[in-house]
Amino acid sequence: MSKIVDARGLSCPQPVLLALNEIKKMNKGEIVVLVDTDTSKENVSRAATSQGWILKSVESEGTGYRISISRD
Amino acid sequence: MTTIRNFFATRWGIISVGAFIGVFAPLLQKWGNPANMGICVACFDRDIAGALGLHRAAVVQYMRPEIIGFVLGSLIAAYAFKEFRSRAGSAPIVRFVLGVFAMIGALVFLGCPWRAMLRFAGGDGNAIFGLLGLIGGIWVGTLFLKGGYNLGRSQATHTSVGWLLPLTMLGFLVLMFVFPQIQGQDKSGILFYSQKGPGSMHAPLILSLVIGLCVGFLAQRSRFCTMGAIRDFVLFRQTHLLSGVIALVVVAFIVNLILGQFHPGFAKQPVAHTMSLWNFGGMVLAGLAFALAGGCPGRQLFLAGEGDGDAAVFVLGMIVGAGFAHNFGLASSADGVGPYGVAALIIGLLTCLFIGFTMRKEVA
Repeated sequence: MSKIVDARGLSCPQPVLLALNEIKKMNKGEIVVLVDTDTSKENVSRAATSQGWILKSVESEGTGYRISISRD
Repeated sequence: MTTIRNFFATRWGIISVGAFIGVFAPLLQKWGNPANMGICVACFDRDIAGALGLHRAAVVQYMRPEIIGFVLGSLIAAYAFKEFRSRAGSAPIVRFVLGVFAMIGALVFLGCPWRAMLRFAGGDGNAIFGLLGLIGGIWVGTLFLKGGYNLGRSQATHTSVGWLLPLTMLGFLVLMFVFPQIQGQDKSGILFYSQKGPGSMHAPLILSLVIGLCVGFLAQRSRFCTMGAIRDFVLFRQTHLLSGVIALVVVAFIVNLILGQFHPGFAKQPVAHTMSLWNFGGMVLAGLAFALAGGCPGRQLFLAGEGDGDAAVFVLGMIVGAGFAHNFGLASSADGVGPYGVAALIIGLLTCLFIGFTMRKEVA
């Protein structure tokens, strides 16, 4: 069961902050980050990969995106 | 389309956008804009406030087409790449107040972060104190962000909500054609036009507009943000946005050298004063307000262009703030700070601290 971080509707840099907080807490596993702008999609993806996490998938969901990241 | 999309999200993408601004801002100065002010979002918003008569400082009144271009260029990019998303409702009154005080802080220094960098690239040593203040203000902002500060979520809303600021800008452009500048007259219809001072210095309308549109388009694609550049480095040690800003400074410096616009020194710099403490303090306030609002003044225009109604409110706050700044003697001039500039700066800092300390509610 992956942890879900809902960052929809939040201004910069909240989506990245929330995602990184979860990354630090979990250390490994799978996290799903929900965002509603392309900027947040890019920022969260960039931040996650810079922490050594793998970008598994980015899917459109509603008016935003569902970003899945993981680390073994 | 995908290739372009990916390119602008890359490091070379953001560097190329910074370099583009670094080339065209000094060129705009050569073509008529004030010295070290090829592009200044705060100064140009202030000039727009003057053109509309929201303040009557006769030397800073001109409907700057660059600002109009920034918003409309971003709108075009957002639609071209299917990124236009109308959204609003994240503490708009707070964003308005932050816009007001960001403008007041910027006018105590005499420039927004964009101009601080252009002043530095033009040899104005006073800009160093402004840039240090900017970093200081953003650093304080990151402390609030780490402590849980946020303005709550925005909501998706009617498409027309996101159109209101772009339409307003389009209206401003129409006004420029309906009431064009008349040589030797300080007013044309309802628009004010400076006869002397920075407001009287401008590149040809079409040139300013086209460059504004290009910058708006490119900045929307690349998410160029001068405040975010420093914030992301302080918070995450990320250098993505920072590389764009550094490209801007380096390229603007080189272009200034080529054009003979590099004049190093502190005294008698164009549209600048030498009160180091207030150059620093003004930008601490502006930097903190930008950090709390989530974007530099340019970024707020680009966000407004892609449908962010809260960013639009921040922009309106800046324009109204410029009215306050010049009506109440808060803005600086070449002689130094205005009579009430320091008092306004302190009130602004206290207001930002109040906002930062009290708006920490966990998001639902």
